[in-house]
Amino acid sequence: MLSLKKNRAANAASQPRLVRRILIGSTVLFLGLFLLLPLIAVFAYALEQGGTAYWMAIKQPEALAALRLTLMTVAVAAPLNALFGIAAAWAIAKFEFRGKNILITLIDLPFTVSPVIAGAMFVLLFGARSAMGGWLLDRGIQIIFAPPGIFIATIFVTFPLVARELIPLMQALGNDDEEAAVSLGAGPLQTFWRITLPNIRWGLLYGVVLCVARAMGEFGAVSVVSGHIRGVTNTMPLQIEILYNEYDYVAAFSVASLLALVSLVTLGGKKIFEWKSRQHIIDQSAYSAQGGPVESTAS
Amino acid sequence: MKTRGQKRILPGFGLTMGFTLVYLSLIVLIPLSTLFLKASSLSLREIGDIIMTSRSLAAYRLSFGASFAAAGINAVFGLIVAWVLVRYKFWGKALLDGLVDLPFALPTAVAGISLTTLYSEKGWLGGVLAEVGIKAAYTRLGIVIALTFIGLPFVVRTLQPVIREIDPEVEEASAGLGARRWQTFLYVIFPNLLPALLTGFALAFARALGEYGSVVFISGNMPNKTEIVPLLIMTKFEEYDYAGATAIAASMLVLSFLLLLTINLLQWWSRRHHAVA
Repeated sequence: MLSLKKNRAANAASQPRLVRRILIGSTVLFLGLFLLLPLIAVFAYALEQGGTAYWMAIKQPEALAALRLTLMTVAVAAPLNALFGIAAAWAIAKFEFRGKNILITLIDLPFTVSPVIAGAMFVLLFGARSAMGGWLLDRGIQIIFAPPGIFIATIFVTFPLVARELIPLMQALGNDDEEAAVSLGAGPLQTFWRITLPNIRWGLLYGVVLCVARAMGEFGAVSVVSGHIRGVTNTMPLQIEILYNEYDYVAAFSVASLLALVSLVTLGGKKIFEWKSRQHIIDQSAYSAQGGPVESTAS
Repeated sequence: MKTRGQKRILPGFGLTMGFTLVYLSLIVLIPLSTLFLKASSLSLREIGDIIMTSRSLAAYRLSFGASFAAAGINAVFGLIVAWVLVRYKFWGKALLDGLVDLPFALPTAVAGISLTTLYSEKGWLGGVLAEVGIKAAYTRLGIVIALTFIGLPFVVRTLQPVIREIDPEVEEASAGLGARRWQTFLYVIFPNLLPALLTGFALAFARALGEYGSVVFISGNMPNKTEIVPLLIMTKFEEYDYAGATAIAASMLVLSFLLLLTINLLQWWSRRHHAVA
């Protein structure tokens, strides 16, 4: 009965075979041409002159210096934004207060700011010509055209990523588990470590992965604040630009392929995260079916 | 801050909220207001003089035109892609679906050099296009190609959940009442998708307006011809023309905030539309 009904519905909701083929064909062609080909090209051009040339390009001191600065930037930006993401999600998901929607909009704000404008803001704030920049320079602290400027610009650009993953997740999970723990006498830190963190760990991990990938690949904002000093303030994307503009294509694509690999990791991470969170919800509902507490807000 | 109704059992509101607000102010709000503060120190006439030069106007025209074209391409193909990925089963679908997020994940500079090399006259695609007399790299067409790439996920990802939620019974009813398939699509399905489609379009457009990394390589960066607004801001900075850079940056920021407002209204409309349908 049910399958019969489903079948009829499927017929009514489907296109003639020819239309379907045209639609699938244009999807494959469009995505292949615009997404797959540029991705394949990165690796193809990087390996154009063989593995040795590829390896030599990556081992160059300037490329290694760029890699080091990029990793340092990640090491500064990701933990800070992860901490912020957890704090913001805790405040927003666990409590009711006025202006919550405004706060969420403000957290998303960096996504609407062009990276170049983001970099420009920090030059205006910390540049040698600004009051604060001049004051800091007198004390020997240089922000713009130095690594700290790159760190701050990157923090700005990756600011919402962890919070954005955690806020909806923690809202969906609800407060029941934590309230139970607290009423049974658990302290705040204990509640967080034992109850909240295990519940949100995949979302947190995925948010951090996104943050790391974006921090490694940020170009526009970092470009404005870096000053392009070779071996000192060049991150990997800036190094790619220099190599490319010097017509050293193999080297440019070799460094680029490392970043492309990172982006493939994030794409895989997304699939794993989706799978894990589905599994988590299934586990929870199986638990409820056995007579455990019912998730009231999990929707 | 007051809690509404419920008693606050959980700890940590003051600490987390305090940290959130301080961090938000330091990283986002203070830098943003610095930009507007600097811009407001210019008189309207000065701002007008900066924006009304033929070079700036050409950059605005190009940025808006190319972003609009790219968002349009994405609206058309994004609708097809989203429809196909939700409704049909075929080999390689899961891979294609995962790939849709690539423009979010791939660093813009990497996308930029890859697209430029592909579409340059010696490249895989540029060579083919050159034979029919089309030049893509270092022209406006190249800019549209790069902006299409980076805006692609927005339309697909906003449409997919909406298409998934369309009840087949609605289509069945429409067919049962004698509607042809194209009539069902045009009068029943499409109006349901329109708010999400417009949202995706606006998101892709907003992203394209601010894009820098993937465009600088392929555009050729000729003033008045292939110079986009973010690049103009960059150039002004490199020439230490801070007033000029500030004025243009502030004008673009105001535009992006207006776009954000439009997108929020569209999403609200989309949700309400959905609740009724």
